Amino acid sequence: MSNQVTGAQALVKSLEHAGVDVMFGIPGGAILPAYDPIYDSKIRHILVRHEQGAGHAATGYAQVTGRVGVCIATSGPGATNLVTPIGDAAMDSVPMVAITGQVPSAAIGTDAFQEADIRGITMPITKHNYLITNPDDIPRAIAEAFHIASTGRPGPVLVDIAKDALQKMTELKWPSKINLAGYNPKTKPDSQAIRDAAALIAQSRKPVLYIGGGVIKANASKQLLKLAELTGAPVVTTLMARGAFPDSHQLHLGMPGMHGTVAAVTALQKSDLLITLGARFDDRVTGKLSTFAVNAKIIHADIDPAEIGKNRFADVAIVGDVGEAITALIPALEAEFKKSKPDLTQWWSQMGSLRAKYPVGYDHPADGSVSPQYVIERIGAISGPDSIYVAGVGQHQMWASQFVKYEKPRTWLNSGGAGTMGYAVPAAMGAKVGAPDTTVWAIDGDGCFQMTNQELVTCALNNIPIKVAIINNESLGMVRQWQTLFYNSRYSNTSLESKRIPDFVKLADAMGCVGLRCDTTGDVDKVIKEAMAINDQPVVVDFSVFRDAMVWPMVAAGTSNDDIMVARETAPDWDSQEL
Amino acid sequence: MATHTLSVLVENSPGVLARVASLFSRRGYNIDSLAVGPTENSEISRMTIVLNLEGHALDQVIAQLFKLVNVIGISEMTEADSIKREALLVKVKAKKSDREKVLEVSKKFNGVIVDETDDSVTIEATGPSADIEALLNSLEQFGIKELVQSGLIALERGSITLADRTLSTSGVAISDPNSATADYQN
Repeated sequence: MSNQVTGAQALVKSLEHAGVDVMFGIPGGAILPAYDPIYDSKIRHILVRHEQGAGHAATGYAQVTGRVGVCIATSGPGATNLVTPIGDAAMDSVPMVAITGQVPSAAIGTDAFQEADIRGITMPITKHNYLITNPDDIPRAIAEAFHIASTGRPGPVLVDIAKDALQKMTELKWPSKINLAGYNPKTKPDSQAIRDAAALIAQSRKPVLYIGGGVIKANASKQLLKLAELTGAPVVTTLMARGAFPDSHQLHLGMPGMHGTVAAVTALQKSDLLITLGARFDDRVTGKLSTFAVNAKIIHADIDPAEIGKNRFADVAIVGDVGEAITALIPALEAEFKKSKPDLTQWWSQMGSLRAKYPVGYDHPADGSVSPQYVIERIGAISGPDSIYVAGVGQHQMWASQFVKYEKPRTWLNSGGAGTMGYAVPAAMGAKVGAPDTTVWAIDGDGCFQMTNQELVTCALNNIPIKVAIINNESLGMVRQWQTLFYNSRYSNTSLESKRIPDFVKLADAMGCVGLRCDTTGDVDKVIKEAMAINDQPVVVDFSVFRDAMVWPMVAAGTSNDDIMVARETAPDWDSQEL
Repeated sequence: MATHTLSVLVENSPGVLARVASLFSRRGYNIDSLAVGPTENSEISRMTIVLNLEGHALDQVIAQLFKLVNVIGISEMTEADSIKREALLVKVKAKKSDREKVLEVSKKFNGVIVDETDDSVTIEATGPSADIEALLNSLEQFGIKELVQSGLIALERGSITLADRTLSTSGVAISDPNSATADYQN
C-alpha cells in the first residue's frame, strides 16, 4: 500500500503525530494547501483575527499547559505579523512552533507577491528555524521543531514551507529518531558542582534563593519548596517566576527588581550567597550591575550554558535541568547540614523587619477616584489563587505582579523579557483554551487593550470565555510615570483619552462580549462578582481608575538597587536597620 | 590580546553562515576574518573565525555559538598548538625596470608568479599572517593595484582532529570573573 500524500497532508499528519491538539492561525495564499487537510483534522484550529494574536495565544497556551504552542500563518505579512510573538516567546523561553507558508520555491528570491524572507527575519529571535522546499523534509522538520522547542531551554522554532512543497506528493514517514549533531542539551547536573554548591550553602550566613522562570518551566516548584524549607533561606521570585513559590509562605520576600519589594531587593543586595535557580540576572533585577549584590557569591543553575557568567560571574555553575539540580542538591545539603547548619536568625531578623516595615502598598486617591492597585488586589482576592492571571505590559502588569497573591505555578502569565504591549488578551485566550475549566483574567491597560482587543471576537465566536479587566487610566501609564519622574511631567504623547473614546463597554458588546463599567471604589467588588458569574461569554470590565497612580517601590533604570525608593523621593529608612 | 581564532564545525546546510553572522552581529562581536569551506566530511563545513573581542569573554562567545543548532563543534586555535595560514593574491605594478626586484621580493616570501602583463604581475603566496603582511609591506614600494586575502585558516597540530575533540562536548562555559557585562542604563 502506498503512503503517498501531499506535503500539506504530511504537515497535518506530522502535527497530529507530534501531539498537537490545538493551533491558532489565519489562512492565506501560500499556506492555503495546508488548510485543506486541516479541515478534516482532529486538531482544533482557532481562526484568529490577527496573526499576532495567534502567536501570543500559542504562548499563553504553552505557558499554562507546559506543552508546545502552535501558530500558523501565510507568507509575507502573515509571517511578519508573527515576528513580535516569536520574539516575545524567545525572550521568555516559551516552547512554540510557528508554521508559515512561503511562496513557491521557484519564486523565492524574486520579490514575489507576499514574499518575505521569514527565515532570515526570525533568525535572531528563534531557537532554530527551517525553510522547507522539498515535501520529503516536512515530517523530519516538524519532528525536529517540536523536539528543539520543548527540550533544553525552551523557545520558538519556525518552519517556513514553500507552497509547492505543500502541493507536491511525498511519502509519509515519521522519522524514527531525531538526529541533531549540534543539539544535545545537557540536563543532568554535574555532581561535583552540586557538592560545591551544597558546601557554599552550608557556609553562608546570608543566603537568598533567587528564583527565575526556569523553575516553572522545569515543573520544579515542589522540589523548590523542599529545598527552601531545608535551607530556611529567604526566597525571592522574579517577574517570570511569580507562582513558583507560594506568596503565602513565610520564607517568601516577594519579587526583586525595578518594582520589587524592599525586602526582596535588599536581600539580594546584602546577601553573601545567591542560590540562583533558572534566573538570568536580567537588568530589571540587578539594577546597575557593578553594584549588584557585591558581597555575594553566586551559585547559578541554568539549563542554558550561555547564561552562566553572561552578566555575572558564577562561583559555582550548575548546567542542567533546574528540577534535577534541586533534587540532587537536597541530599547533598542534608549531608552538609549534618556536619553544621548555619544560623540564619540574624539574617531573618533583618529581612523580616524589612518585610514588615515595607510591604507593597498604595493609597486611595484623595480625589475619590478608584485606585488601580485596589481593583487588581480585589480581582486577585475574589477570583483566588486557582485562577490564571494574564497581564499586558506597564503599570498594571507590575501591580498585577505585586497585588495578586500567587500560590501555584502557571497561574501568572506576562510578557517579561520582551515587554510586549498587547500580550494580555490573546495570551489569555490561549491560556483559556489550554485550561478551559479555569477562570482566566486578563488584567490589561487601556493602552495595551487597544493593540490586540480584536481577539475578543475570536473568543466570543469560539466559546473562550475569558475575563478582561481594563485598568483604564486613559494613559500609557508607565511611560507617563517616567515622564513624571524623569521628564519634568511633560506628558508628550501619553494621553490616550480612553475614558472618552472608545467606549469600551460598547466595544465589548459589539465584539460579542459582555461589557461592564466600574467608576467607583464601592462598586469594585460588585462588578468583579458580576463578571465572575458570567461563564458563557467573554466579559470586559472597564475600570476607570486614578490617572496619576504610580508603581512603587522603584529602582530607577541604570541606578543601583541600593537606591531603591519606596515612594517618590522617599528612600527606606536604612539607619534604623542593621544590615 | 583580544584576538582569538576559533575553528567551528557546522552542518553543511543552507543559511548556516547567515546564522553565525547574525549571532555575531546581534551580540556585538567583531569578526576580523572568516573563512568557510568543505571538510573531509561532505555534510560538515568548517569555519575559521578570527575575533577581536573587546569587552566580551571568549567563553561567552563560544557558549552562544554552541546554541546554534547547526554548530557541531568549536575549538580555539592557539598559537602554540595550531598551524595558521593565509592565502594571498596580489597584483603589483611591475614596469620592466622594476620587474627583477619584484620577482626577488616575491621569491623571498615563497611567492609564485601566476600572471604577468607588460606593466603588472600577480603573485600568489601562502603563509602565516606575519609573512603575508611582510610580503605586502615589501611590495608596497612598487605599487599594489589590487589584492585579495583568504582570511585565516587553521589546523590543530598532532594527530587528533577537531571532529574527534568536539563532537562530544556540550558547550559548557567556564566564566572569567572579569568578563561580566559592563554597566548600562536601560
